[in-house]
Amino acid sequence: MHLKYESTLREPLVDGVKDYHQVTEDIISPIEAKPGMLWYVGFSISLILLAFGIFSVTWEVYYGTGVWNLNKTIGWGWDITNFVWWVGIGHAGTLISAILMLFRQGWRTGVNRAAEAMTIFAVMCAGQFPIFHMGRVWMAFFVLPYPNTRGPLWVNFNSPLLWDVFAISTYFTVSLLFWYSGLIPDFATVRDRAKTKLRKLLYGIASFGWTGSTKHWQRHESLSLVLAGLSTPLVLSVHTIVSFDFATSVIPGWHTTIFPPYFVAGAIFSGFAMVQTLLIIVRKILKLEEYITLGHMEAMNKVIVLTGSVVGCAYLTELFMAWYAAVPYEFATFYKYRAAGPLGWSYWIMMTCNVITPQVFWFRKMRRNVAVTFVMSIIVNIGMWFERFVIICTSLYRDYLPSSWAYYRPSWPEVGFYMGTFGLFFTCFFLFAKYFPVIAVAEIKAVLKTSGESFKKDMEKYEQQPAEQFEAGLHHHDDHHHDTHGAVAHAHN
Amino acid sequence: MAVKNFVVASFSDEAVLFPAVKKVRTAGYKIHDVYTPFPVHGLDHALGLRETSLHTAGFIYGITGTTTALSCMSWVFNSDWPMNIGGKPHFPLPAFIPITFELTVLFSAVGMVLTFCYLCQLAPFVKKHIFHPRQTDDLFVMAIEVTPKTNAEELKSFLASIGGQQINEQRAETGWWYGSFAKDDRVFETKRVEAVNA
Repeated sequence: MHLKYESTLREPLVDGVKDYHQVTEDIISPIEAKPGMLWYVGFSISLILLAFGIFSVTWEVYYGTGVWNLNKTIGWGWDITNFVWWVGIGHAGTLISAILMLFRQGWRTGVNRAAEAMTIFAVMCAGQFPIFHMGRVWMAFFVLPYPNTRGPLWVNFNSPLLWDVFAISTYFTVSLLFWYSGLIPDFATVRDRAKTKLRKLLYGIASFGWTGSTKHWQRHESLSLVLAGLSTPLVLSVHTIVSFDFATSVIPGWHTTIFPPYFVAGAIFSGFAMVQTLLIIVRKILKLEEYITLGHMEAMNKVIVLTGSVVGCAYLTELFMAWYAAVPYEFATFYKYRAAGPLGWSYWIMMTCNVITPQVFWFRKMRRNVAVTFVMSIIVNIGMWFERFVIICTSLYRDYLPSSWAYYRPSWPEVGFYMGTFGLFFTCFFLFAKYFPVIAVAEIKAVLKTSGESFKKDMEKYEQQPAEQFEAGLHHHDDHHHDTHGAVAHAHN
Repeated sequence: MAVKNFVVASFSDEAVLFPAVKKVRTAGYKIHDVYTPFPVHGLDHALGLRETSLHTAGFIYGITGTTTALSCMSWVFNSDWPMNIGGKPHFPLPAFIPITFELTVLFSAVGMVLTFCYLCQLAPFVKKHIFHPRQTDDLFVMAIEVTPKTNAEELKSFLASIGGQQINEQRAETGWWYGSFAKDDRVFETKRVEAVNA
């Protein structure tokens, strides 16, 4: 019997009868098998989207940002909307891998690997937008502070846009390191059971020569914990800084102190929706329903309804403040040009998708319904895209001077660019799903004996015992083995 | 590092492994290492390993990041090229906070991962001896060093009596070498032969 014991009332994290080898088998064997037809279809579509994206971006670089429908009034449009949207999506991965680790949420083990991969790919997509929005993209390196021959002309460390450069690049680097350090032991598992030479070679390189030594595991645990501790404030800082891009300006609709928490909640909200979209497909295609269970989906849906409500509160707070502050420009932005006006429809899409529909997740039945969750995840993603569009465009399109008023709809290179990032994202994700262990194998094994369904069943007989009898049983053991250091007590049975 | 002889035993469950570790240590054998497919909590203590100081290294890297960021930004704004940006002060500490924080995290994370890789001797193209291919799958593999004083046969039967399975003797390099896992390149064996010839 394991001393690290979890109540049978708690839902198991791994369903079915498993031993350690079966866990390896279930998660690694899709890597070793030929991918199915669906994989090829999905991968081809992603590649086509990516190619179209590259074409659209090339077009923009060749002719200049003038091919986008941005104008003097609306200087930020789809590009920055998409940037914020993708960065936000990334946040769920870090929340799952770092914050839930610090909070000792066992269920994160089933989903953290895929969620972190999603983070990395989403941040890659996000980064494209500000870079290509620069227009003369070959000068993008000007954002880096380095001693140069132009003065030296340094960057402006006071600018939130520069903070963004630091925040996003740090976020990407740290997420990548965190993800990869977790992957090393799992790559070693793939390597050691590989039958083909090529697989042994490639996973041998990727696993960095990992052996599973106790000392290495000890350091690995320490590393993961500290990286989680670092990533937790990091992820909050990233979207806070993204929100500073707006909040430190004096544009009515942007100049708001609630932006940082509001943006972070929104980011986690949209990120979890994207995790749901991806994992519902992954668990089905790779047959991982026993590892990514309904319990996992329910937990994520709880986060969605919570963060969705935080976001809803923020929307209402904004409306209240716009009235209460008694600033006519602020009032006009919110009541005349956001909730009404030519772009008013986008506001109501946002409200419906982000605030009203997620309320279905107050019901347990809905939280545990795969179809409902999948549809909702798409709706939330649409809603959160519109949130960014609303914040950016409806604050800009009615300027102080009515002669500057404009309307905005994207041109094809803008749409193509956005589709291209979907291509990039899904190309990466399909490759990940095929060649990487999509679930953290070692982490699942570490929780298997406390949270596996079959192991929990064995605990039932102990739960029936009166406390004295249970304790007597433990002492009986201690007489025999003093060697357990509190980690494991040995079998009664 | 060094080529040594080992007696290797596999254990199928941590509940068997823990008492076995204790018994082997009490019997006075030197456990080279225990290889596990996942982090087994408490095993480091059972083996008598000291706590890692990796987190301390992380803290030092973090502090380095903080000072780098603050000193560089204030040097640029105050001394190298002071500029009047909207009449703002030359040392706007609140505006420096975001970048200072990001660099603290960046330095700490990158430094720790590199230190981790250095300490564990992990890098692409690095190869190490794997005592049992299933030590990354479902077996807990204990390697005990055979010293001139060790009676290997006695040790083997002892290991069998405390739950060890697939007990065998292996001659292995304890360090790493550049190599491919696709090839059975026992570099240390050739080195040994060369040494004998010389």
